[in-house]
Amino acid sequence: MEYIDRLPAMDLMRSEKMMLVQLIIPVESAHRAVSYLGELGLLQFRDLNDDKSPFQRTFVNQVKRCAEMSRKLRFIKEQIHKAGLTPSPSPAPQPDIDLEELEIQLEEHEHGLIEMNANSEKLQQTYNELLEFKMVLQKAGDFLLSTGSHVATQETELAENIHVNDDYAETSSLLEQVGSNFQEMLPGPSNQTGVRFISGIICKSKVLRFERMLFRTTRGNMLFNQAPTDDQILDPATNELVEKIVFVVFFSGEQARVKILKICEAFGANCYPVAEDTIRRRQITREVLSHLSDLETTLEAGLRHRDKALISIGFHLAKWMNMVRREKAVYDTLNMLNFDVTKKCLVGEGWCPIFAKTKIQEALQRATTDSNSQVGVIFHVMHSVESPPTYFKTNHLTNAYQEIVDAYGVAKYQEANPAVYTIITFPFLFAVMFGDWGHGICLLLGALFLIAREKKLGSQKLGSFMEMLFGGRYVLLLMSLFSIYCGLIYNEFFSVPFHIFGNSAYRCRDTTCSDSRSVGLVKYQDTYPFGVDPSWRGSRSELPFLNSLKMKMSILFGIAQMNLGIILSYFNARYFGNSLDIKYQFVPQMIFLNSLFGYLSLLIIIKWCSGSQADLYHVMIYMFLSPFEDLGENKLFWGQNVLQVILLLLAVIAVPWMLFPKPFILKRLHTEISRSVIHGPWNL
Amino acid sequence: MYGFEALTFNIHGGYLEAIVRGYRSGLLTAADYNNLCQCETLDDIKMHLSATEYGPYLQNEPSPLHTTTIVEKCTLKLVDEYKHMLAQATEPLSTFLEYITYGHMIDNVVLIVTGTLHERDVQELLEKCHPLGMFDSIATLAVAQNMRELYRLVLVDTPLAPYFSECITSEDLDDMNIEIMRNTLYKAYLEDFYRFCQKLGGATAEIMSDLLAFEADRRAVNITINSIGTELTRDDRRKLYSNFGLLYPYGHEELAVCEDIDQVRAAMEKYPPYQSIFSKLSYGESQMLDKAFYEEEVKRLCLAFEQQFHYGVFFAYMRLREQEIRNLMWISECVAQNQKSRVHDSVVFIF
Repeated sequence: MEYIDRLPAMDLMRSEKMMLVQLIIPVESAHRAVSYLGELGLLQFRDLNDDKSPFQRTFVNQVKRCAEMSRKLRFIKEQIHKAGLTPSPSPAPQPDIDLEELEIQLEEHEHGLIEMNANSEKLQQTYNELLEFKMVLQKAGDFLLSTGSHVATQETELAENIHVNDDYAETSSLLEQVGSNFQEMLPGPSNQTGVRFISGIICKSKVLRFERMLFRTTRGNMLFNQAPTDDQILDPATNELVEKIVFVVFFSGEQARVKILKICEAFGANCYPVAEDTIRRRQITREVLSHLSDLETTLEAGLRHRDKALISIGFHLAKWMNMVRREKAVYDTLNMLNFDVTKKCLVGEGWCPIFAKTKIQEALQRATTDSNSQVGVIFHVMHSVESPPTYFKTNHLTNAYQEIVDAYGVAKYQEANPAVYTIITFPFLFAVMFGDWGHGICLLLGALFLIAREKKLGSQKLGSFMEMLFGGRYVLLLMSLFSIYCGLIYNEFFSVPFHIFGNSAYRCRDTTCSDSRSVGLVKYQDTYPFGVDPSWRGSRSELPFLNSLKMKMSILFGIAQMNLGIILSYFNARYFGNSLDIKYQFVPQMIFLNSLFGYLSLLIIIKWCSGSQADLYHVMIYMFLSPFEDLGENKLFWGQNVLQVILLLLAVIAVPWMLFPKPFILKRLHTEISRSVIHGPWNL
Repeated sequence: MYGFEALTFNIHGGYLEAIVRGYRSGLLTAADYNNLCQCETLDDIKMHLSATEYGPYLQNEPSPLHTTTIVEKCTLKLVDEYKHMLAQATEPLSTFLEYITYGHMIDNVVLIVTGTLHERDVQELLEKCHPLGMFDSIATLAVAQNMRELYRLVLVDTPLAPYFSECITSEDLDDMNIEIMRNTLYKAYLEDFYRFCQKLGGATAEIMSDLLAFEADRRAVNITINSIGTELTRDDRRKLYSNFGLLYPYGHEELAVCEDIDQVRAAMEKYPPYQSIFSKLSYGESQMLDKAFYEEEVKRLCLAFEQQFHYGVFFAYMRLREQEIRNLMWISECVAQNQKSRVHDSVVFIF
């Protein structure tokens, strides 16, 4: 006991000692103080306005403004991304800019961008329409030429329900409405027979359904021609290229026409009138082409202008985003503070590690002088009944391990931190499983690469997989080193043994055994100096030997690890002065573990040292099944039978000892406490 | 296999059930609603919602917000979640999930048809449609002149086609028979859904039959109340009631002859589960009936989550989210129109 008391304090293993502090900050220096503290990152504020909803807090307007600004920044970023540019910080140093100015600038930029987008969208739309018109003109013209004969046959078919072309003028005017901005288009009706056509363009994905729908509405009295366009058309809404199909529908009758137009509208098919007259068509095509080239130049100029604007914003984007985010964090923190009675000071409470006290005070002092405040920030320590938060100081190396441990559960305040042991045990146990010095070297190279480029990789954003690798780079390093070590012990280089540490201890009894490697080997020199003898490789007993070796080794490691965990729980219990845990948890756990599995480890070690042939399975199983029976040839040492019976008894006693007393004692304590609370005032 | 779902359910349904239960834990709580009800402006609502799961959907909206934007974005979230689940689902769960949207499909069809009847712009109507009930050729509905055409041109391709067998007439469309069409379709849909759930068996059948029966009964009551004083005959009214549910068949006989709200009440109070609903209302009042029914529905939907290994949770989740969106819409409207005193009138707390 005294020896344990004299052990050095487990500073590394315990989380930092924390204290609850109260800050009273004058309003004028509050913002600066909080942002300095934020940069320091050593104080955790407690939310003193827990009962208030976010929009009832003091600095809600500032938070809203920041949210609005970050929305604008996101919008700009998205625009930059859409334009296919990559925002890069500008080479020249930029002037600092304060928040109000930034807000105004962002407003301007957003406004400008939206306007530019609207303009270019309008242009793009006209451009698309013209492009589609051009395609329709080309393709549909071909149809009209080639299906001339077809139409003639249709004419005869439809002869009985021909409508007289009395509404010729009306039709043309209607088609004019449908048509685009071209005045000089010709009426659609093909001739006096009453077969008319509508031509247009539609998305490729919709064309099948479109045709079916047309067929149903006209009850089959129509002819549908289609041809794919040569180019894809840019969809302004999604910014993607879409394949489109030009179609020409021949039909007869006014009712059918109205319906077909409605269907076209419903399917988002754009209809364009095509003149039947070839000369006329050529003329229109020419005009369309000239308009197209005009528009193209305008569009390009617009795009260039927008790209230039975006690039100039892109220079500052990262900095601005950072700034807005910081600002929002500051106001979010300020929202956690309370106003004192006079409304001149903000009162905040927070947790900080004791070692950070001077640093925090310095930062606060700096804030006071920088903001020319006449009153300094008051900083004093408070008593608290709550359990403080757990804070482990970590560095590059230990951080990854701490995260692994935290994934299983965060230790309570000042509880022993298993992450310290994990730094060695985790990579080592990995290596026990994957020991191979060839693989280990590969892993080592990878880990060294990550560590060598630490500065560069650390500053950029990595993918989720890369980030995980990078975060665990020191874990990888240690894993690879241990893997090489274990690989040397297993004597495996990509699963091939090497004679690194001299010749094998075995050789053939005579010259005939060169290919039969399992029999006829004799030991002619001392045991192989390090690791597994390469002669085992390929021999008939390789698997039984190596498996047995590795399995027994794993049992030893496993039980050592479990013992370590239980011993840690003892130190925890001692630290917190909890004798209950020691008596009813630690002691029976130790007894149970070691009387069964500790005994097994003992047997393994004895077997290894004595070279006995005893069957340990048999020993362990019959220890439970028939503890009083004689062990026979499996006996390893004198008095083993008696020892086994004693250990079994201990284990049986340990189970109820471990499970039953603690909950009952805790319940009794609980009822006693609640009773004393109820009767407390009277006892005073 | 009845009663043994636990053995095999998780092979196909386990992942999605976990997903849907995760989604459910994102539903707004009473505390959230209390905070939302105290909001002064729509921006406050946005700010509060940004701390919930709706955050990412609302964060990119510029500041002068409208109620429609909030509702639209919230619906978008529901639709995204639905699509995610549908994409992950295997048979028969995927069919079950599709069944959930048919109700919206019917509503959309009716919306478009009524809208074109009143000569509204199709695009404008399409924007008002519920995104869950969209199907490919929905815009072409505007072409149809009567029920027969409606069926022949458009609906024959949709899952609603089988439900249409009762409504094929050559009459021109008008408000009255569109409404009858809606209810006939809904009846056929509910019965089909009910049969489907019975076929699935097990806990799904048990829970869904309860939920669907409630839905059918609620529709029966609503049809009765809405048709009081119209030219709908008793027989026609009787035909619109679904052929299952707690009220079937004797309750339907009584509802069919009701002439005013108090008679409906008398008919309904014979059924213990509905007695409690009607006992909250004063005589002659039908305004608060909707809310009372919604509250009862929410209670039943929440209970669906108490059991494991059945598909009812998906239905329940979708319905609860829809209720939540209705709540948000009501709150936003009240806030936008400065009617904060009425904010509690129509909000149904889910937890």
